[in-house]
Amino acid sequence: MNLTVVLAINSVTLGGLLFLLSAGFSLIFGLMRIPNLTHGSLFMLGAYLGATFVIWFKLDFWLAATLSALLVALFGGIVERFLLRQLAGQQQAQVLVTLGIAFMIADVCLMVWTGDPIAVETPQWLVGTTNLLGVVFPVYRLAVILIAVAIAVVLWLLLERTRLGAMIRAGVDDPEMARVVGIRVSRLFTVVFCLGAALAGFAGVIGAPILSVYPGLDFDMLPLALVIVILGGTGSLLGSFLGSFIVGFIYNFGQALLPELAYFVLFLPMLLMLLLRPQGLFGRHVP
Amino acid sequence: MANDALEIDAVEAFYGDSHVLHGVSFALAEARLLGLLGRNGAGKTTCMNVAMGILSPRGGRVAVYGADVTGQPPESIAAQGVALVPQGRRIFRSLSVRENLQVAARPPRGGGQQAPWTLTRVYETFPRLEERKHQLAGHLSGGEQQMLAIGRALMSNPRVLLMDEPSEGLAPQIVAEVMATIRRLKQDGLSIVLVEQNAKLVFNIADDVVILNSGRVAVAGRTSELAGRGIDLHEHLGIY
Repeated sequence: MNLTVVLAINSVTLGGLLFLLSAGFSLIFGLMRIPNLTHGSLFMLGAYLGATFVIWFKLDFWLAATLSALLVALFGGIVERFLLRQLAGQQQAQVLVTLGIAFMIADVCLMVWTGDPIAVETPQWLVGTTNLLGVVFPVYRLAVILIAVAIAVVLWLLLERTRLGAMIRAGVDDPEMARVVGIRVSRLFTVVFCLGAALAGFAGVIGAPILSVYPGLDFDMLPLALVIVILGGTGSLLGSFLGSFIVGFIYNFGQALLPELAYFVLFLPMLLMLLLRPQGLFGRHVP
Repeated sequence: MANDALEIDAVEAFYGDSHVLHGVSFALAEARLLGLLGRNGAGKTTCMNVAMGILSPRGGRVAVYGADVTGQPPESIAAQGVALVPQGRRIFRSLSVRENLQVAARPPRGGGQQAPWTLTRVYETFPRLEERKHQLAGHLSGGEQQMLAIGRALMSNPRVLLMDEPSEGLAPQIVAEVMATIRRLKQDGLSIVLVEQNAKLVFNIADDVVILNSGRVAVAGRTSELAGRGIDLHEHLGIY
């Protein structure tokens, strides 16, 4: 198989994982107006929990992924309710708290799971390759992409077709006015934070067979989420969907073709976007 | 005596260090329309923000039908039956017209004899909104956005309606339409505060008038009593 095809497959797969990571990041950013700097840590925490369930508790991979997502959601809910909530309206303090928690999670993970990378095996029935339109495609990567697309559809329906979704979008548009019309925006914060955390945790587990689990995974993922949301626009699901695949491609092709400049290539579009169109492709306000 | 629909009592309000309201008091009686007049910067919008809970007063008291709501957040005051049509309309631009109405929907409080406000009734009142119900609110014209802002406020089935300069930036014909709607709402028994810069509009429609000047109540009284005092008004409102 030629290099371009392999890179393209990897790019689309990473794009799918990144979408799960960045969708929540983007919604939290849009609604609460803060970049949640623990988001990469929630991804890593999910990955470690999933690896533990699969390797030590011998749980089914998907059960482990679901369980990890729930636990990470619970953790996210606690952080939102008991820390961020106390600092309501103080965005700078909230951002710093999320950064502090990110470092604390990194320390705790290092203590609990040591510094050795953990390899998580691909679920048995998804090992191997399949032929897709003449391209040999690893089955597991295909599954990851399908899951990401399915979750994107569900999230889209939730946001665009339900009253709760309309309330969340109203909160992204104008949080003060949303409260004036009686929407309990603070409750939406919790819902969205838990949802975002669950998605990040879930992505961490299903990404584990591809990326493996290691200290530093958190801060490998966080900048990617940041770039995606700047490109796509805060609070926009479509923006984070497209942004994820754009970043998936830039990241893989950049690392393969210009390894010395991989980060340069990654962050350049972000800088250009901030200069030329600060609200991003589909964003409604400047971050 | 029955409680007033909305009572603002000796309210002191600040924006940062700037003292905007100095002991402002007035009361809106049930089923009446109170016109709140004043020049730019007199404190009219601040009064509305305090009444709605957007701004917490440093002193004084706000009560809705006798219940103290001072310092409560906007969503709690909304639950008490207060709705705001804000200055600049502030519709949710990326929601459709229908979604703008739906997110604000709240069942009527018990005991009301009036038909409750529903999507259907708002569409009957503003047929233009029904024609555009699937459009994004941000794509509406100024007049349509104002109708949407009013419709959105009505969807919560309020007891007290605060309207902050609903005529601002609208063509005269649309202003007349909006005023006709306000008159109808008043006839339906809604208690309304109408903030305006345009004294003529207010004197045509209001039962009571309060004029603010530099964050203080300068004049207050029944419209009928004030209407003859032209000179007095000029002093506080500038030239109209």
